Amino acid sequence: MSTDIEFELNGKPVRIATPETRRAIDLLREDLHLTGSKEGCGAGECGACAVLIGDEIRLACLMLAGQLAGRRVTTIEGLPHSALGARLLRAFAEAGAVQCGYCIPGMEMAAFDLLRREPDPSRERIREALSGNLCRCTGYVKIVDAVRLAAAGDAGPESPPDGAAA
Amino acid sequence: MTRFHAAHSLTEALALLHEETDTRPMAGGTDILVRMRRSPPAVPLTLIGIEGVPELQGIREEPSWLSIGAATPFAAIAASPLIAAHAPLLQDAARAVGAPAIRNMATLGGNLCTASPAGDSLPPLYVLDAEVELASKAGRRRMAVSDFILGPGETQLEPGEILCRVLVPHAPPIARCQFEKVGRRRSLAIAVASFAGLLRVDGAGRIAGARFAFGSVGPAAVTVPEAEALLRGQLAVQPDPAAVERAVLAVCATVRPIDDLRASASYRRALAGNLLRRFLSPPSSPGLNAATGHASHG
Ligand SMILES: Cc1cc2nc3c(=O)[nH]c(=O)nc-3n(C[C@H](O)[C@H](O)[C@H](O)COP(=O)(O)OP(=O)(O)OC[C@H]3O[C@@H](n4cnc5c(N)ncnc54)[C@H](O)[C@@H]3O)c2cc1C
Repeated sequence: MSTDIEFELNGKPVRIATPETRRAIDLLREDLHLTGSKEGCGAGECGACAVLIGDEIRLACLMLAGQLAGRRVTTIEGLPHSALGARLLRAFAEAGAVQCGYCIPGMEMAAFDLLRREPDPSRERIREALSGNLCRCTGYVKIVDAVRLAAAGDAGPESPPDGAAA
Repeated sequence: MTRFHAAHSLTEALALLHEETDTRPMAGGTDILVRMRRSPPAVPLTLIGIEGVPELQGIREEPSWLSIGAATPFAAIAASPLIAAHAPLLQDAARAVGAPAIRNMATLGGNLCTASPAGDSLPPLYVLDAEVELASKAGRRRMAVSDFILGPGETQLEPGEILCRVLVPHAPPIARCQFEKVGRRRSLAIAVASFAGLLRVDGAGRIAGARFAFGSVGPAAVTVPEAEALLRGQLAVQPDPAAVERAVLAVCATVRPIDDLRASASYRRALAGNLLRRFLSPPSSPGLNAATGHASHG
């Protein structure tokens, strides 16, 4: 049974007929063809499907289409629209933070969420903010470097204290 | 096929729960959606979305208690100055839940209704003597959190009932409290064991009331009244080591841990005792058992 659901997606209004129980990740990827958000585990453990709902980072694999009604949704495709988002995406490329890339949209969404609230976070704060995002290729070090690079007042990547996962 | 209805008021949520058969409240969805995906329900369910119900949101100080709306997410509890002032144990537990995105979704009420032995909010709520308020079309009722939780996945919640608020009663000042969660990593880890403890002292610095609760070492949070009684009258800053050891033994004898993929029962038993020993021992004292070490990253 489909219902018309309306919400704001990356700054534009959308209206789409969908079962209210369709997972938000399927609605975004399959129906709206925004394939930047990834599904890793489908159970909230990996962060690859992270999106902003209003001003909060949330997981699209654990949300239903019906929960999006009337909300403001920002996906990785919406990030380049803001100066901070664009700077962040560039920093990930410059810092060499990307290997296979599958986790990166979720990482960038979580990092964007942090930098909006805290323009100049410490490495420790960055690791905390990204602690729900798993990467199986990198050692996280260059990912943290990338967020530092994008942060205001940064003087370039610091030498990492250690290589452990956040 | 399941259905989903978002409710916009408590009255609407209760009516929807009542009218339709096979309904379930859904708050943040972080437990119920994972569970339904793992084992799809035999009958189609109607999920009643309650995260947008204003009556279930928010943290308020009232004359007898701190009132926490059941659909308040852990992120709000972690950030609340009222929680910091009245229930720092619950704040520390909220900060230990999942990771940032999970904390924006996962609610306190969902944590209680899921009734996992590893639920991070349970040990703090037990030692704070917190109560739950339940509502149905028939009216409201209140009970202690420790009575509400019956066992893994089991509570006193009746069909058609919604957990509305968690009430933390105002109580005499707490001299010292501590929440500890031991897991395989710091984020997104289910507790191998967890601990909430608090001490109240008299004018001479002696323990007038000690409360402890342990998570992940029994079917629900485990309290050990015997250990609490053993410590009464001890100097809070330096309790008699023999009394501490007796309390630790009482804890080890009371907990009922299981073996699972995260840890063995015997490890959990030793851990529970060590968590109490560490809480009672002044920070500088030597001889802490290595088993209580915080799990590090990765
Ligand atoms: C990746 C991940 C990490 C996690 N980490 C932790 C952790 O570190 N610590 C921890 O304790 N938990 C953890 N959890 C479990 C879960 O997030 C928590 O138990 C959370 O508090 C559940 O709340 P919710 O609002 O999402 O519940 P939901 O999934 O919406 O609901 C859970 C159950 O409670 C019922 N329910 C919810 N609210 C009410 C209400 N007000 N009245 C009546 N019934 C209600 C629902 O019908 C359902 O049966 C984790 C989960 C995931 C997916």
